[in-house]
Amino acid sequence: MLRSISEWRGANQLLPAVAFAIVLVLWELVARFSGWSETVFPGPLAVLGSIGEMVENGTLLQHSAASLYRVTVGFYIAALLGIPLGILLGRVALANVILNPLIQFLRPISPLAWIPLAMLWFGIGDKPAIFLIFLSSFFPIVVSTAVAVGAINPIYFQVSANFCLSRKETNLRIVIPAILPDVVTALRISVSIAWLVVVAAEMIAVQSGLGYLILDSRNALRMDYVMVGMIVIGLIGVFLDYVMRRLGRLESTAWARKS
Amino acid sequence: MASIKIENLVKAYPNRRHHRRKGDPYVPGQMIKVLDDVNLEFADGEMVCILGPSGCGKSTMLKILAGFDTATSGRILVDGREVTEPTSDYIFVFQQSGLLPWMTVWQNVELGVRHMQDEEEKAAQIQEYIDMVELSNFEQHFPHQLSGGMQRRAELARALVVNPDMLIMDEPFTGLDFLTRMKMREEVVNMHEFIGKSILMVTHDIDDALVMADHIVVMGDTPARVKLDRKLTFDRPRDIGTGELAELRDEVYFMLGVSYVV
Ligand SMILES: Nc1ncnc2c1ncn2[C@@H]1O[C@H](COP(=O)(O)OP(=O)(O)OP(=O)(O)O)[C@@H](O)[C@H]1O
Ligand SMILES: [Mg+2]
Repeated sequence: MLRSISEWRGANQLLPAVAFAIVLVLWELVARFSGWSETVFPGPLAVLGSIGEMVENGTLLQHSAASLYRVTVGFYIAALLGIPLGILLGRVALANVILNPLIQFLRPISPLAWIPLAMLWFGIGDKPAIFLIFLSSFFPIVVSTAVAVGAINPIYFQVSANFCLSRKETNLRIVIPAILPDVVTALRISVSIAWLVVVAAEMIAVQSGLGYLILDSRNALRMDYVMVGMIVIGLIGVFLDYVMRRLGRLESTAWARKS
Repeated sequence: MASIKIENLVKAYPNRRHHRRKGDPYVPGQMIKVLDDVNLEFADGEMVCILGPSGCGKSTMLKILAGFDTATSGRILVDGREVTEPTSDYIFVFQQSGLLPWMTVWQNVELGVRHMQDEEEKAAQIQEYIDMVELSNFEQHFPHQLSGGMQRRAELARALVVNPDMLIMDEPFTGLDFLTRMKMREEVVNMHEFIGKSILMVTHDIDDALVMADHIVVMGDTPARVKLDRKLTFDRPRDIGTGELAELRDEVYFMLGVSYVV
């Protein structure tokens, strides 16, 4: 009999680890027998040792914290500005007609293309990186929010009119709860984009963060540190996604999953 | 307090199709008439049932009456005033569930009385109507946690708590099981007989109309016109199996294209 995903997970807790185990074994084999030196292709044990080393001297924590800080700030600003703007675009036809073409034009420009301008405008340090994160999340959030507002069942606006809800009440009691599930999904996607971008941003303008760690280690020919950076980026990415998924399970969005 | 006068009501929607197909009677860009010169008059306090085949424009007419949509020409007067925008003087019960899915039953019902000053009185009133539709103990449930019939009843409670002059219901009994349907019929008739509320109801069930209505309207044809407009003065409860009502029943069936009733 075919089992569902959750049935397989329940049957054996170790199954999700299988692919990781295979990769680890292959990695070790390649490291040992490919002929590449330890410097060029360190094996998993060597990298594990480096992780221990970097945890102990605090560099790993410091770089992770720096990256997370930038992502958090940039992402918050993007959400704080993007969600209201998306609601405006979805609710006010004139705003949509005027602003939407500009947004659609700016949206496909990769945040990385902004790097030269960002450095020129904001100099070196956190600011250009935060600006790039902001750009990467802002447009997806605006567009998804506007689409979500447009997709609200018109019956809900008729109910609002029938019970004489004011404009403010309509926004607070109809529009925001109605778009919340879609907005949470959009936030989840934007966080992963933001996390992709922060690493790239840190390779140019700053002296800290996981992106910087990777670039700096490459210059020092420490491939083990490069791999540590990659592993931590993956782990934090999974963690961020987990947090956002928990957000999606809030009670206030439960109705969207059930109906 | 609500007498309604529908005068020369016409509603047309733009034809959305871009290419004319063979045999297509409509030209792209042309308007398609849904309602064609509908004239009706309902007295204050009447219980009106509107019948008609699916797609004939019943919901469209109710939406114009409620102020959600505008007429192409003609007008609707409520107590002599032309309808131009929605008002909470009459509450609409929607064909598809109009409960707000992110609110509990309690919060949905509260919507209509949210401006009441006295919190205690407000709560008592909400509870009274929730009890009336037999949803006690389901106050904190969300619509998706209720059955279809329970959702309908919750929506009815939300409409009634406002104590509107008029209740406009678009197929309120659709999807209800037989027993619930019978109970709801009774509830609506009571509301009408004892409280004297004006009720305007669209239904697909001819028996609903014959049992409940003071005034039945049959719409039909495309675009829709009024095919039958008749007042019923029979006492309730009614036996629709014999006599004049049975004849009327056959007449309506025939009008709707059913010539043989088992
Ligand atoms: N927004 C719209 N745009 C274009 N055509 C519409 C629109 N709304 C309704 N119509 C058309 O108007 C006609 C009447 O629709 P309406 O919903 O009023 O029918 P109804 O009598 O309530 O049918 P039912 O009994 O199935 O609910 C239909 O042919 C429909 O295609
Ligand atoms: Mg309808």
